[in-house]
Amino acid sequence: MGRLSNRILMKGNEAIAEAAIRAGCRHYFGYPITPQTEISHYMAKRMRDVGGVFVQAESEIAAISMVYGAAGAGARAMTTSSSPGISLKQEGFSYIAGAELPCVVVNVERCGPGLGGILPAQGDYFQATKGGGHGDYRNLVLAPASVQELYELTVDAFALADRYRVLCLILADGTLGQMMEPVLYREDDAPRPATKDWATTGTKGQRPHNVITSIYIDPEILETHNLKLQAKYAEIERNEVRCETVGLEGADIVVTAFGTPARIVKNVVRMAADEGIRVGLIRPITLWPFPTKIVAEAAERESVKAFLSVELNAGQMVEDVRLAVNGRKPVHFHGRMGGMLPTQREILDTIRAIVRGEGGK
Amino acid sequence: MALVYQRTQGLLDVPFHYCPGCTHGIVHKLVAEVLVELGLLDSTVGVSPVGCTYNNYEYFACDMQQAAHGRAPAVATGIKRVLPDATVFTYQGDGDLAAIGTAEIVHAAARGEKITTIFVNNAIYGMTSGQMAPTTLLGQVTTTSPFGRDAATQGYPINVCEMLATLRGAVYVERVSVTSIKGIRAAKKAIRKAFLVQKKGLGFSLVEVLSTCPTNWGKSPVESLQWVDSAMTAQYPLGVFRGADLEVET
Repeated sequence: MGRLSNRILMKGNEAIAEAAIRAGCRHYFGYPITPQTEISHYMAKRMRDVGGVFVQAESEIAAISMVYGAAGAGARAMTTSSSPGISLKQEGFSYIAGAELPCVVVNVERCGPGLGGILPAQGDYFQATKGGGHGDYRNLVLAPASVQELYELTVDAFALADRYRVLCLILADGTLGQMMEPVLYREDDAPRPATKDWATTGTKGQRPHNVITSIYIDPEILETHNLKLQAKYAEIERNEVRCETVGLEGADIVVTAFGTPARIVKNVVRMAADEGIRVGLIRPITLWPFPTKIVAEAAERESVKAFLSVELNAGQMVEDVRLAVNGRKPVHFHGRMGGMLPTQREILDTIRAIVRGEGGK
Repeated sequence: MALVYQRTQGLLDVPFHYCPGCTHGIVHKLVAEVLVELGLLDSTVGVSPVGCTYNNYEYFACDMQQAAHGRAPAVATGIKRVLPDATVFTYQGDGDLAAIGTAEIVHAAARGEKITTIFVNNAIYGMTSGQMAPTTLLGQVTTTSPFGRDAATQGYPINVCEMLATLRGAVYVERVSVTSIKGIRAAKKAIRKAFLVQKKGLGFSLVEVLSTCPTNWGKSPVESLQWVDSAMTAQYPLGVFRGADLEVET
């Protein structure tokens, strides 16, 4: 870390860790996996300074189970991992959703499937936004695109998790975790709920016992619980959509991209403008809830001829774009996998092809 | 008339769902009585497992969390690290603890987590209708070892106490049974000691309780108790495996 006036030059992974501590997280449970190990390194040191707890768990499954226990006891708890480790945590994700425990998980994505590779990818979009674990549940998914945003969204994640009693997942990619950029610490804390009267902290003889559970054997009671969860998710969809848009007014082509590819696309917007092609960008910051309405409104624009989704996968978010566009305009896709990043030139070539009517994928 | 015995305040006034002849009820009572007698109930958080006792959170009067299959020691770790002054225990069966949750129990013990595990070993999966467990005896017939457990293809029983006793963090490890009044009294003493070990912050403590499953064993309750005393105790000898000399009552 180095100082640039009041800004601090930090690695993305370090920014996540520092943000968590500043948001009041004092319980971190991790298991080593590249490319997010710096978060654990940082926590191992910093937690001692701030009187917090760092536990290196025996597995990703144990780490998320420790988060379950700590969150159930009322703490702001976090675990972080990368794609294969996040797969292991899906059991815990489902139980946490069922038991309505607020917590924060970070996935600094690498390539898959399987052990894949350690370079950046976005192949976990489906897993992050469509489930991954069993049952009907949602995680609130935030997608940062800079180290500053990693910092800010991590702070926000704790407040959102507490507000809705959900797991808030930060879906970053390995580029963001490993890159260094200046970070300005935010002064405002992540607001806490007035009370967590549901937490298991010991009855102190003052109240009936509290129970944290996700099992409801009686089908009528379980369906009521399911409906309650769905109502909560609907409220999140109404209140929490975040999205950045660039140049949609008069755009010929609208590109959708999140995380690192969105940064590349921003340069492509300028390059295309030089050729007289007006390219707009929709960058979802919440992947769930997805900015469906914003995409749908763009599809209604007369100037817009087509959509292009640029992702580090074989085409995952593009399905949500297609659902939002709902057949009103063609939706194309440009993706790279295996840790490869698209160049500005190749994205521009795809845009040119779409303009010529040759289309992308 | 003088009151000489009453239901422990550590258990809620809810009927158990356990099968006739099952010893879970006895073990629940012992845990609850010890927590009350030590004055710990109000500051206790228990962790329920997956298995026949998945819903024992409905019975214990203390705060409870229900864990995924095998993960109770990790969940308990999370609770204890947030509430270091609380008493935290897991209540787990042999499928939960000795199969799917082996990593969690071994590492909680190795870390010396200041939690207490009540490990109820009945040598079978009860809830899912009598499958072979890691603790199933050689030759024992279950729904997934219909010809008797065969070491050649199904391996050998796991002696959990002996295994955990190799770990320095596991400071108190004892195996008891609840097949007689004498055994029940000894079991209560062991459970009390386990919670006192935690209270004193000495490290991880575990009491294994040899238990019955008449329903899935196909035995009467009395035959089941006899089978624990003969066959099970031969494989799983009673005794203290770690911490025999620990003095915790002062």
